[in-house]
Amino acid sequence: MGGYQARRAQPGTRTLRVDPIQCTGHGVCAELLPELIATDEWGYPVIDPRPVPPALEAEARKTVAACPALALRLVRE
Amino acid sequence: MTGSTAFWYASRATGIVALLLLTAVLVLGLLITRQGRLPGLPRFAVTGLHRNLSLLAVAFIAVHILAAVLDTFVSIPLASAVVPFASGYERLWLGLGAIAFDLMLAMIVTSLVRGRLNRRLWRAVHLLAYVSWPVALAHSMGSSRDLQHGVLLDMSAACIAVVAAAVLWRLAGAARQVPRAGRVADVMARHDAAARYGRARDGSWR
Amino acid sequence: MAPGYLRAGPTGPRLLPPAAEDLRAHLARHGPVPYRGGAGLLIPDVRAAGLTGRGGAGFPAHRKLAIVAAARGRKVVVGNGAESEPASRKDAVLLRDAPHLVLDGLQLAAEATGAAAAVLYLHRGGHAAVLRAVAERQAAGVDRLPVTIAEAPPRFLAGQETALVSRVGGGPALPRFGLPRVSERGVAGAPTCVHNVETLAHLALIARHGPRWFRAAGTAAEPGTMLTTTYEAAADGKPRCLVAEAPIGTPLADLLPGLPGAQALLVGGFHGTWLPARTAATLTLDNQALGRHGAALGAGVLAALPAGRCGLAEAARVTRYLAAESAGQCGPCLNGLPRIAAAMAELAGPRPRRTTREDAERWAGLVTGRGACHHPDGTARFVRSALAAFAPELSRHAGGQCSAPGSRPFLPLPDGMPAAEDDWM
Repeated sequence: MGGYQARRAQPGTRTLRVDPIQCTGHGVCAELLPELIATDEWGYPVIDPRPVPPALEAEARKTVAACPALALRLVRE
Repeated sequence: MTGSTAFWYASRATGIVALLLLTAVLVLGLLITRQGRLPGLPRFAVTGLHRNLSLLAVAFIAVHILAAVLDTFVSIPLASAVVPFASGYERLWLGLGAIAFDLMLAMIVTSLVRGRLNRRLWRAVHLLAYVSWPVALAHSMGSSRDLQHGVLLDMSAACIAVVAAAVLWRLAGAARQVPRAGRVADVMARHDAAARYGRARDGSWR
Repeated sequence: MAPGYLRAGPTGPRLLPPAAEDLRAHLARHGPVPYRGGAGLLIPDVRAAGLTGRGGAGFPAHRKLAIVAAARGRKVVVGNGAESEPASRKDAVLLRDAPHLVLDGLQLAAEATGAAAAVLYLHRGGHAAVLRAVAERQAAGVDRLPVTIAEAPPRFLAGQETALVSRVGGGPALPRFGLPRVSERGVAGAPTCVHNVETLAHLALIARHGPRWFRAAGTAAEPGTMLTTTYEAAADGKPRCLVAEAPIGTPLADLLPGLPGAQALLVGGFHGTWLPARTAATLTLDNQALGRHGAALGAGVLAALPAGRCGLAEAARVTRYLAAESAGQCGPCLNGLPRIAAAMAELAGPRPRRTTREDAERWAGLVTGRGACHHPDGTARFVRSALAAFAPELSRHAGGQCSAPGSRPFLPLPDGMPAAEDDWM
């Protein structure tokens, strides 16, 4: 259940998800991947729910690794 | 004991730079924990520097060790870089260096595979930074006379002061942090506009 | 509180007996527990019957059973009787009057999944009848698996599935995030099947009478009966609460005779939807009809707010409760819900600021889908539907008027705000 609506994605594509319990609003992700991640008025990430476009996959992976709280994940739908 | 070879100088120089880098890495780590910023720099600069400077420190330490091993004035076996107290020369102080280095390697390796590791395990290993840095400092000050007088002594004192200040700042942040269970009450108190339609002082709902 | 019955439909009351039944009376009415003799054998019947979860989520009940049945290793079955919704009383009444149906269902679910442990999750206190029932069954040798009682703290989120798993496992009743699902990794890492106690009671009857019997009531798409908790104003204006069993598809006006004269209907509970009474009076008790108006059955709460009350004050009280019951684990919920509650409190007062309503709507949108559980989503749904249903009242308040200043509370709310870790254990 995870608090997200299930989206039908192409097989093989991946989507960015944040673990809202681990996330403490560092905001590094939004700086590194502004195409897909913005911050709300409290500093928490608002993530584009659509699958990551192939052109941004590498950047997305780097962003996931850069999260200090390890709250960001790339999940296969 | 002073050696006059280039290797000996290289080892001492790279050791000093490594100590400065490790001090910076520790302070940056504390900054990240408190979600602090470096003025004028984006947030990813703090995390990026923390990571890159730690890798740079490893590189400097590698040269530091190799130079010491290659220097022929004293006999230091390569293994003593990671095996504590395996060196005949300055057994204690070099042993401390090995310990600090081992801890550093553990922290870096676990951080490189962080995504695959149990969260609590990664954190436990990373907390060893609080052991690794003082041990590295002790190694630096004890294994040669360099840091025991003059400018380098002042430098060491400055490193200690900076780390102490950063640690105190981090502890102050932890002390001020509201425990999870009380957080909602805290936010609600701050945004309680019209208490008229909420909970009365006696606890009943109106 | 006396239970109510509805004789609408051909089959009459199924779950609730005329009076609380002990083991002897239960066995006399329903016969012995119809164990099938092996794992998985009951599941096709549950599937054919079309039984959906009665805890609020409404997913097909056979799915969780099937997943856990197919899993390997030690498995656990949990009956969720921790009715955390303050407005819902159906589980409490069911556990008081027909505990043996629930316990039958728990045993049958355990057999169907091949579970090695059966747990009943209940709020502290007030469950003497259930404990008596468990003891009776143990003495009579009716249960194949001993039933452990696990206690839930008095928190709104305590009945949430992942919070339940955490609590039953010995930790705090805090929701957790992400996969794997509870049916794959639940209590102590074991595949766990969690079902609401009413679902288990229906299961116990399906096992005895078969899927066709179950489908004799209700609609084709949503078969069976369900328990509802209804609130209507009595003659003296005080809220009258009734637990009634009704076939799905029953017209709401049959369940709530006072509905046409009321102001608005809250459908589902505190995570539900407000509908204008006139609209609600045309609808039936099923998700298909309610879904067309953005509502859902949820936990079966139907509260008809009478005229002469300020709907905004009512909504503000509930919103404040919901904000206070946040687990405080996720930034958006922790930050958003208190602000929404403060905005609602302001809107419930005279001459709120012009931007307050927009703020409330914006924050409601901002918190939806961004927590580890559905608490922010449900709260947002409640708030937005209140602002829509009570729009005339909003206009009045903007002009400094109120249709019922100082109106008494209608919906029930408990006291106290959680502040210590112990509150979640």
